[in-house]
Amino acid sequence: MSNTSVAGESLKSYTSSKPRTEYNRYVRIKVLVLIILCAGLFALAIFAIGQGSAKVSVAEIFKTFIGQGEARSQTVVMGVRVPRVTTAILVGAILAITGVVMQSVLKNPLASASTLGVSNGASFGATIAIIVFSAGIQNSTSAANAISVTNPVLVSTCAFIGGIGATIIIIALSRIKQVGQQGLVLAGVALSAIFSGASTLIQYFADDVQVAAVVFWTFGDLGSTNMKEVLIILAAFAGAFIFFMINRWNYNAMENGEETAKSLGVNVNLIMYSTMAVAAFATSIAVSYVGIISFIGLIAPHIMRRFVGNDYRFLIPTSAVAGALILLGADSFARLIIAPIILPIGAITSFVGGPVFLWILFKGAKRK
Amino acid sequence: MINIKDITFSYGKRDILKDISFDIEENKCIAILGNNGAGKSTLIKCLNRIIPVKQGAVMVDGADVFNMSRNDVARNIAYVAQKTETSRVTVYDAILVGRKPYIKWDITSEDRRIVDEIIDHMNLEDFSLRYIDELSGGELQKVMLARALVQQPKFLLLDEPTSNLDPRNQYELMKRVRHVAKEHGISVAVVIHDLNLALRYCDKFLFIKDSKIFSYGGHETMTAGIISDVYNLKSEVIDHNGIKMVVPLPEEPYGYEAAEMKHLRVVGN
Repeated sequence: MSNTSVAGESLKSYTSSKPRTEYNRYVRIKVLVLIILCAGLFALAIFAIGQGSAKVSVAEIFKTFIGQGEARSQTVVMGVRVPRVTTAILVGAILAITGVVMQSVLKNPLASASTLGVSNGASFGATIAIIVFSAGIQNSTSAANAISVTNPVLVSTCAFIGGIGATIIIIALSRIKQVGQQGLVLAGVALSAIFSGASTLIQYFADDVQVAAVVFWTFGDLGSTNMKEVLIILAAFAGAFIFFMINRWNYNAMENGEETAKSLGVNVNLIMYSTMAVAAFATSIAVSYVGIISFIGLIAPHIMRRFVGNDYRFLIPTSAVAGALILLGADSFARLIIAPIILPIGAITSFVGGPVFLWILFKGAKRK
Repeated sequence: MINIKDITFSYGKRDILKDISFDIEENKCIAILGNNGAGKSTLIKCLNRIIPVKQGAVMVDGADVFNMSRNDVARNIAYVAQKTETSRVTVYDAILVGRKPYIKWDITSEDRRIVDEIIDHMNLEDFSLRYIDELSGGELQKVMLARALVQQPKFLLLDEPTSNLDPRNQYELMKRVRHVAKEHGISVAVVIHDLNLALRYCDKFLFIKDSKIFSYGGHETMTAGIISDVYNLKSEVIDHNGIKMVVPLPEEPYGYEAAEMKHLRVVGN
């Protein structure tokens, strides 16, 4: 079959064939899902920017965006709400896309930064940076700003080393010891416990202020980032998203198993190691600024798999938007439900995400 | 033309395959035969670099596969694995991924045209949007064959493609493989256990024993003697209405088997 025509027939008979027409419609539905998600995210973002102790109307928000808002609105919208909302969107998207690709390369539907111990590893690294290397300070003037990262490069680096350390152990267990799917998640639980134990030990020898700072930090907080930090998180998201999208056909090929992927020209080991490294890096950046936020990397991909299947051309972008939507929704809930008290976001995502994930699991099991 | 030269593969110090050399002509389908664990599947995985060989060469129309990029290998050699991992993707998407070696940034209209042609050719139109994890074994193997064909290979490797199929689907699949080889000028190597399927649809038979080629040749090589040597199984090769068949005789025939044998003319021993 050296020529391009398999059946030796002309192009015109296939341009309007039934499978082609039906597939085009199927693809349009996936695009529509993505558009609806983006529209929902935009609406929720505007809502979240407008709501809070100081309410801002939608018209005023847009005026502020073009520099014509009142001074008060400028402070509230651009100084407080936009960094918070943007952080929620970016971190949600990072956790979701890293969850998607980890599930792909490890062939494990339960894989995500939080279940594999990557988040805890990164958290451990960040704890060392904050306490041992004094890369963070406690700010007692506001509960929302209980901890500020004074040396983001050091915190991110330490978080990355912790995250990548957990990733290397997971890859070794997966590849060398051939640990199965359930075993890998159990290994993640064990790794998380080890990192938590190590973090506790470090905190034990720290002073009260540092311990309070780290404990508050581990609750997860989307409100302590400034625009400079938002840009760093944006760079991490953009880098990871572009890398994963470049490899979307490799992930599609890997859905057929390792041998088939190799026969389709995929360098399976290179894709797996580079994907895990990029995922660990992006997760570590996110974790180092906002603390541990669980379940987004599981919930968003699993919901989107039900809408767009396992086609990574659509699964990666839709999961990114869904993750952003879920985290922004959870943060808005945490901020507004008993305002002015802001509930810890990590607890909210776990409370909402845990049951939803169980529901998805049981629904899937029932269908089988 | 496919030329395989001196393929040697080892696990540690143990040679699994040693100095395997043979040729496959265009349009021809060869069966790779031998006991479980003889190295049949290992051999075809060596041929397209799924596993690295210790030494040897695979030439496709004179080009050395071991010096090609991964994408170029995939453009020349397609492979259908013994065990297919299914996922929540449609039949159309599962076939489309076969164009992976040709995709630069995204699929082109040419990729879509080739997929449409194969879907039409393999009569898959009616379930092109079904998820592959909902297909029967026979349907799934057809889809995997279609996925391999959109790679537009010169050499097609099939690892026990009929192992999970009922007899009717086994014959259907092998008939299709044979048809594809003939119509599109593809050389095919298929690992198979069913000697009668091999006899019916393959041109040549490569028997592997003790890490080496025990026998390689046409229908004349499928004899009770070789089957006995390779499989340690007593059998008779008979002619049933002009069709050569292998009748395994693992022990003394039962009464009805003995009676049936009287109606069949023994053609080889």
